[in-house]
Amino acid sequence: MSAYSELVMEHFREPRNRGRIEHPDGVGEVGNPVCGDMMTIMIKVKDDRLDDIKFETLGCGAAIAVSSIVTEMAKGKTLQEALQISRETLLAQLGELPKNELHCSNLGADALHKAIMDYYDRKKGRTKTTRGGKVEYLDRREQQCYCPYCEHELPTQAPLCTNCGKPTKAG
Amino acid sequence: MIYLDNISGTPLHPDVKAAMIGYMENSFGNPISQHRAGDEALEALERARGEVARLINAQTAEVVFTSGGTESINQAIKGVALASAEKGRHIITSNIEHQAVLRSLRTLMGMGYHVTSVPVDEYGLVDPGDVERAITDETILVSIMHGNNEIGTIEPIGEIAKIARRRGVPFHTDAVATAGVVPVDAEGLGVDLLSMAANQFYGPSGVGALYVRTGTKIAPLLDGGIQENGLRAGTQNMIGLVGMGKAAELARSELSSRMEHLLHLKKTFVEKISEIDEVLLNGHPTKCLPHLVSCSVRYVEGESMVLMLDEEGICVSTRSACASGSLRASHVLTSIGRDYTSTQGTLIFSFGIYNSIEEVGATMDAFRRSIDFLRSMSPLWDKRR
Repeated sequence: MSAYSELVMEHFREPRNRGRIEHPDGVGEVGNPVCGDMMTIMIKVKDDRLDDIKFETLGCGAAIAVSSIVTEMAKGKTLQEALQISRETLLAQLGELPKNELHCSNLGADALHKAIMDYYDRKKGRTKTTRGGKVEYLDRREQQCYCPYCEHELPTQAPLCTNCGKPTKAG
Repeated sequence: MIYLDNISGTPLHPDVKAAMIGYMENSFGNPISQHRAGDEALEALERARGEVARLINAQTAEVVFTSGGTESINQAIKGVALASAEKGRHIITSNIEHQAVLRSLRTLMGMGYHVTSVPVDEYGLVDPGDVERAITDETILVSIMHGNNEIGTIEPIGEIAKIARRRGVPFHTDAVATAGVVPVDAEGLGVDLLSMAANQFYGPSGVGALYVRTGTKIAPLLDGGIQENGLRAGTQNMIGLVGMGKAAELARSELSSRMEHLLHLKKTFVEKISEIDEVLLNGHPTKCLPHLVSCSVRYVEGESMVLMLDEEGICVSTRSACASGSLRASHVLTSIGRDYTSTQGTLIFSFGIYNSIEEVGATMDAFRRSIDFLRSMSPLWDKRR
C-alpha cells in the first residue's frame, strides 16, 4: 500500500506492545465498531512512570501502526511526559497518512490519555472494583467516536457530524 | 504475485495483447474517413463490434462502444431518462446497485426525477414482485443489475425484464460483472439496455459497450459527430476496442471451460473457509458469479487483512470503511443485513482463469495466518472469549 510511510509499514508488520495486561492500573478505550476502529491501551504504573503498556486494536493498517508507535513512545516515560504525547506529535512521527485515516492517529493519543486519566480516576477513588475484578465508573463515560473530517467528538450513533455536517459511517 | 481481484479488472489475455499491439503497429486511421486508412480502421471497428454482438446475442447495430461500464450505465440511465421526460419521471432500481447506477440516479433526482429502490433479501436477491408493484404510469425505466460485484449474487433479470416489457417500461441491466463471464443473452433475456466492460473478461480497461435494443428511445450524452449510430459521438478508442473484440471472441468460445475452472477454484476455497471460526459468507450460494467469494471475518478489519495478504504477494479487495475512502460501510452488505462489525471485516476474493489450485491453497494459508494474527490483537475477539 503505497500511501503508507515505511515507518507505518514497519510498525504494521511487527507491532510492538500488543497484548493484554491482566490487572492494569489504567485502561483507555476509544473508537467503536461503527467507526471501524477500536483501540484499547492498558498501562501499569510504577513510581509515576509507565512501567508497562499494551494495546489491543481492531482497525486498518494505520490504526495498528499507531497503536504500536504510541505505546513505544510512551513506555518508560513519566505520566506527565506521556500526557505530552499529543495528536500533533504522533502525526509528526507517522509521516504520510491517507487523509481519511488521520483519525487513526487521533485515536492513539486519545487512548493513551484516557488510560492515564483512568489511572488517576482509580487512584482518586472515582471508580470501584467489583468482586469479579471488573472496574466500574461512578460517573459513566460514553465511548467516544470522532468525525473523520473535522475530528469533532460525536455521540456514538450520530449520522451527521454536529460540527461540520458531513455524514459519518453510522449515516 | 497471486492476483485474486479479478472483479476489479482482469489481466490481458495474450491473444488480446497481440491483437492490440498488431493494430497499434499497423493502423491509425479514423473509421469515419473516406480513404483506405479509414477503411482499414472501419473494418477493425466492425469486426470488434461483431464479436461483442455475438457474445451477448445482439444485432451489431445494437452495440455501442463506450469507455467502460460506468459510461455505459450513465448513458443508459440518463439517456433514457432524458428522452422520456415528457412521459414520466419515475425510475425503479435496487438497493445493491453499483455506484454508477446510484449516483446517476441521484443526479436525476436533483433534476426532478423520482426513484423507488427495491430491497433485497439476506442473499441479495431482488423479488420481481417488488419491482412489479412499484411500477406506475409514470415509470420510464427499471434498472436492476445482473450480477453484484460485491457479493456475487445473480438477479432474476429474465423474469424482471418480462414484467417490465408487459408494462411497457424499458429495462436496463448492469451486466458488467456477468457479460463475458457467464452466458448473457440480451435477446433471450428480453432486456432493452445492457452495460458491459472489457476488463472483466481479459480485455483492456477503459473500454466497454452498451447494448441498446432496436427501437429504444434514448438520448446521447456525448454530442458531436455521428459515430456509434448517433448514440455516442467521438472517435472511438480503436486500440481498446480491438482488444475488447478479441476478448469477446475468446470469451465466447471458452465460456464453459472457464466457468468450470473458476467454479472449481471457488468451491475449494469456500470449503476451506468454512473451517475458520466466525467467518460469514455473503451472497446466494448457487445463484452467484462463478468466481467471486465475499466473506466477512468477524472481529477483524478489512484493510489490515488486505495489507497483510499484499505483504505476501496476494491481491484481494475489501469494502471496509477505512479502505473505501468514503468512510462508509458498504451499502450492499448493509442491505443484506450484515451488522457493522461484519461489514468492516469483509474481503472479496475473485478468481481468474490464470489462478491455480495451488494458489488457492497458498492464499488460504496466508489468510488464516493473517486472521489469527489480527484477532490476537483485537479487543473484540478478546472480549468474546
